[in-house]
Amino acid sequence: MKQLSIFIRKEFKHVFRDRKTLLLLFGLPVAQIVLFGFALTNEIKDARLLIIDLSKDQTTQRMIEKFSASNSFLLEESVLTTREMEDAFKSGRIKLAVIFPSQFENDLMHEGGATVQLIADATDPNTATTLVNYASSILRESQQSTFSQSGGLSIRIEQRNIYNPELKGTTNFVPGVMALVLLLICVLMTSVSIVKEKEMGTMEILLVSPFNPFLVIIAKAIPYLLLSIVNLIVILLLSTFLLDTPINGNVFLLVGVSIVLIMAALSLGLLISNSTDSQQLAMLISLMGMMLPTMIFTGFLFPLENMPMPLQIVANIVPSKWYYIIVKDVMIKGLGFSAIWKETLILLGMTFLLLILSIRKFKTRLV
Amino acid sequence: MKTLSFLLQKEFRQIFRNTTILRMIIAMPTIQLTILPLAADFEIKNINLVVVDQDHSTYARELVNKITASNYFRLVDYTGSTKKGLEYIESDEADVVLEIPFRFERDLVREGQQEVYLLINAINGTKATVGGAYLSQVISDFNREIRLEWQTGVNGRRNSVLDISPINWFNPLLNYRVFMVSGILVVLITMIGTYMTALNIVKEKEVGTIEQINVTPIKKHHFILGKLIPFWTIGIFVFSLGLLVVARLLYGIVPAGNLLLLYGYLAIYLIVVLGMGLLVSTYSQTQQQAMSLAFFMMMIFILMSGLFTSLESMPYWAQILARLNPVTYFIEVMRMVVMKGSEFKHISTHFMIMGGFALLFNSWAILNYRKTT
Repeated sequence: MKQLSIFIRKEFKHVFRDRKTLLLLFGLPVAQIVLFGFALTNEIKDARLLIIDLSKDQTTQRMIEKFSASNSFLLEESVLTTREMEDAFKSGRIKLAVIFPSQFENDLMHEGGATVQLIADATDPNTATTLVNYASSILRESQQSTFSQSGGLSIRIEQRNIYNPELKGTTNFVPGVMALVLLLICVLMTSVSIVKEKEMGTMEILLVSPFNPFLVIIAKAIPYLLLSIVNLIVILLLSTFLLDTPINGNVFLLVGVSIVLIMAALSLGLLISNSTDSQQLAMLISLMGMMLPTMIFTGFLFPLENMPMPLQIVANIVPSKWYYIIVKDVMIKGLGFSAIWKETLILLGMTFLLLILSIRKFKTRLV
Repeated sequence: MKTLSFLLQKEFRQIFRNTTILRMIIAMPTIQLTILPLAADFEIKNINLVVVDQDHSTYARELVNKITASNYFRLVDYTGSTKKGLEYIESDEADVVLEIPFRFERDLVREGQQEVYLLINAINGTKATVGGAYLSQVISDFNREIRLEWQTGVNGRRNSVLDISPINWFNPLLNYRVFMVSGILVVLITMIGTYMTALNIVKEKEVGTIEQINVTPIKKHHFILGKLIPFWTIGIFVFSLGLLVVARLLYGIVPAGNLLLLYGYLAIYLIVVLGMGLLVSTYSQTQQQAMSLAFFMMMIFILMSGLFTSLESMPYWAQILARLNPVTYFIEVMRMVVMKGSEFKHISTHFMIMGGFALLFNSWAILNYRKTT
């Protein structure tokens, strides 16, 4: 026990000596919360719109006014030829073009119908679909208010958004950021810890000393466990006070489950550290190999159920996926342990497996 | 010149000697480019819908048929109990619950209006907004239809029809993967370039071999060029592998624009990326520091690059930040040239800005790099 505490103290000194790294470790969650909270949104507004009005009558004028009043669109000054329009699309100046053909009003009033053409820049299919939908509903509403006689058979839609009445993005991404930050930082930091000693040659010294190798591993992980808990608290405070996304469920349950994730991440980091022989390789695996997959497979950026079946199975081995589900349930929905025991068990299983694997790897190096 | 060629020999030999890392640099981006675009599908479909029908009238049935006929919704259950609907939301099995109240049809016809209720599981704000909007649209369509039917029945007069015909340029099939492949490839190249340069130089610092180089008559710019050129070459190679092999064979993406234009831009971009790596290395003493710094930078750069979210929707201050991020520009150029076939005149400002970045990062790094420690 005394051995362990001495060893942990040594590791703490290592960690706290490196001020630059520490600063970055605490800066990252703060930066992410701010970015996700205030900068990143999937809501579409101010999309640049070009209107080509070949008819120039009262009806089109009214419709154009509706467009300029809308928050979703920013009207671009009119260009006339199709060639110029193509250039505007290709240089990314506009996202959508609305073309009213000549004789628009006349056709609509007297010929029983007219066609409006919408051309969307579909490089980003989601934006394109949404913009086409917005534009269509603006056109339809404007037409209805002019033509249709009111009254009769109207279905009113009453919409209620539960868990997130204001449709804030934060309820989705705070759990996402927690998963991302805790997992990546832990894996990253621990993945270099042992291999660094190997590379520097200090590992040999440790191994010939009377320390139990198992204690060496534990001592490496503990400072990062504590750091991550501090990070977790910082995120939760920021989320509560800066983003108004409070913890609806039991705080202790949330912290407890987070510790399970942190331990899974630490074990993964140790496994990487034990299976590589240079810091460069370890970092490459944990940085290059894990950053994008973790972002994507956690499920907070892209809906998991959209993925092809094999990839949904792949997502199951990403610990942050399970943690993300748990945090949503506990923090946002305010559910209790009965709702999350399955996911927690899976995380615990992963931790156990990873820990055993990394200790195995460590021992084979000894003999 | 001769010094440089010796240095290059040394660097290339060191890179090729460590086959594990070399294989990693090539395999990791290739595998990720193969898998990730399949997963990064943002198109909102398969919205899980539960219908609580307390009316069981013709209109109610017609409405439900119309909704399920659209491809966006998957009917999870058709039930009569509101409580059950709520339970589905709680267990995350339903995204949207549509409740059609008792006497929906009767009141609609008699009183001229009636409500339907949408309950939306709004934890995922995007999905909620989009799902709610789709559903409202289908319901309004349905409403228009029955109203038209009703009015035609009453006075036999046809309403005028506004026909909206949307065309999707550059990506007629609305394939989300094409959009993601170009973005992800840029991010992968950026990561390789920055990490490898930063770690490589800091490693020399940490191990101490940089001192040996410092006492030789090798000039500062020779040393830096010797470090940058190999990774520049690797960057071009990995990019080609991604674009010409993975993107073409697996995703069938053939750039609509000029390939030379793309490579021209890549060449400048790689100088920027390597410059960032160099800069990171000048600010760190150990590989661990370099790694944390590069990780921090990369995280912010990826999130602020418009890879996952659109730039226009950001608040003004964030748009400025995004404009200070080189990754943003290359992702834009990739998507423009590959998907829209944009020409040089469309992206000339992008070229100028990237040139500026190249100058900025590299001179900053060189100024900050001290030959003596």
